[in-house]
Amino acid sequence: MAEAKTPVASSAPAPLAPVRVYRHRLPTRIWHWVNAVTLLILLMSGLTIFNAHPRLYWGEYGANFDRAWLVIGSTADSGYLRVGDWRIETTGVLGRWTDAAGEEKTWAFPGWSTIPTSYSLADGRRWHLFFAWVMAIGLTLYMLWTLLRGHLRKDLHVRRAEWSPRHIWLDVKDHARLRFPTGEAAARYGILQKLSYIGVIFVLLPLMIATGLTMSPGLNASAPWLLDLFGGRQSARSIHFIAAWALVAFFVVHLAMVLLAGPLNEIRSMVTGWFRLPPERKDGA
Amino acid sequence: MNNFVIPRRQLIARAGGLAATLPFLSACDAINDAPAVRKILSMGEEMNRASQRALTDRNALAREFSRADLSPYFRPNGTRLPAGAAYAAHAASGFADWRVAVTGLVARPLSLSMADIRAMPKRTQITRHDCVEGWSAIGQWTGVQLSHILAAAGVKDSVRYIVFRCADRLGDALYYESCDMVDARHPQTIMAWALNDAVLPIANGAPLRLRIERQLGYKHAKYVNAIEAVASLDAIGAGKGGYWEDRIDYEWYAGI
Repeated sequence: MAEAKTPVASSAPAPLAPVRVYRHRLPTRIWHWVNAVTLLILLMSGLTIFNAHPRLYWGEYGANFDRAWLVIGSTADSGYLRVGDWRIETTGVLGRWTDAAGEEKTWAFPGWSTIPTSYSLADGRRWHLFFAWVMAIGLTLYMLWTLLRGHLRKDLHVRRAEWSPRHIWLDVKDHARLRFPTGEAAARYGILQKLSYIGVIFVLLPLMIATGLTMSPGLNASAPWLLDLFGGRQSARSIHFIAAWALVAFFVVHLAMVLLAGPLNEIRSMVTGWFRLPPERKDGA
Repeated sequence: MNNFVIPRRQLIARAGGLAATLPFLSACDAINDAPAVRKILSMGEEMNRASQRALTDRNALAREFSRADLSPYFRPNGTRLPAGAAYAAHAASGFADWRVAVTGLVARPLSLSMADIRAMPKRTQITRHDCVEGWSAIGQWTGVQLSHILAAAGVKDSVRYIVFRCADRLGDALYYESCDMVDARHPQTIMAWALNDAVLPIANGAPLRLRIERQLGYKHAKYVNAIEAVASLDAIGAGKGGYWEDRIDYEWYAGI
């Protein structure tokens, strides 16, 4: 990224025409949008699969008579979420809710959040296990591209100076005050951006794939070390669930930042590649 | 806590709001039901089966655990008590007259009693059972290797699948399942007659059930009364190789 079309001279007065930089190369753009659709389908079909047994355990085994650390359930007239000993009523949203036809249902996640909208474990698995391949192949190709074509080294690599707590704290404060970089600095990723993109591409998504594979009894036989890595099949299932929500959290923050930083410019740059640098602030920050 | 409970009236009002989203949701389900979409999605199953068969050791053993790892209670699922007087009579007599027919493309069709089967070489294994729903339970199974029965019957070269017929009727049909010869000849694929050192309980498939340790629970046919060697699954049931596969499109290959 950051191949400026017009050279940016930081000392010069702000140019009248906005400075455009080619910020996202084609592979990034393609992967971004394919992944956006894929992760949404994986999340929603994953919720269908979760609805088949809305209880999570630690260790190798776990079924209805064993202690679950997370349960989404229902009583005669309410829905609830229990995590450990903490319990909250979730009637209307989780555990007991009313569908579009006005019928009360007691599946954990409501129909509007699942694929398909009705409860079908078989169909949820079909969607999930197909798009898992799309995600895994896309991620592998993108990882290879970031490594081989310099994206990782040039754009995502965290420089030594950026690791300083003072620098990180400054970026945290800037984000909290919605003070986004301007001028040439806006063409580069900040430390929090770098860490979150590296975290998603090289930690969370591979973790989703690895814990997903650990739930395969076929692969358990040929790769038992994955079971040991995650502490058993039910632990892998729990980690898969937690990591999925970590990805949702990333998505929420990501979307909020896009909206706050100028949605048109941000989205256009992820479609065409070209990003307009916000003009330098007068206070020289 | 009760503050969080939404009054019924408010629930109904919300349902009215949700009704506005009905056309969108039904459009989503139309995509789910389109034959072309289902065909594309089912490529995932074939990719999973082919890649697991190609990239992993076909004879790899499922992990075997120790007695300390056993689930305190092994949860039964699916049929817990087959309906009908015939099964009840078998259960009352301790399955003394239960027969397991071994038929199809075999040199020597067999009709085995439970005494015959218990007299065959035993294999005991403590394995984890994974239900398609997501839960797991660890149990100790004792039975005879399926490969031993197949060898006794003399399976012909043209055989590609083994079909397991069951005595439990769900709705309109009897339960059945099938597997390929890789899993049929796998050393841990056994016809089990004991669970946790006790006679196999009815809820878990008495008198005889399949253990096919590298696949999900619905493949583990219970109440087995016939084993059939076939070259094709087309003529069995609706042709998809299993009761749930025929009805709600569960994957035939349930290794993932």
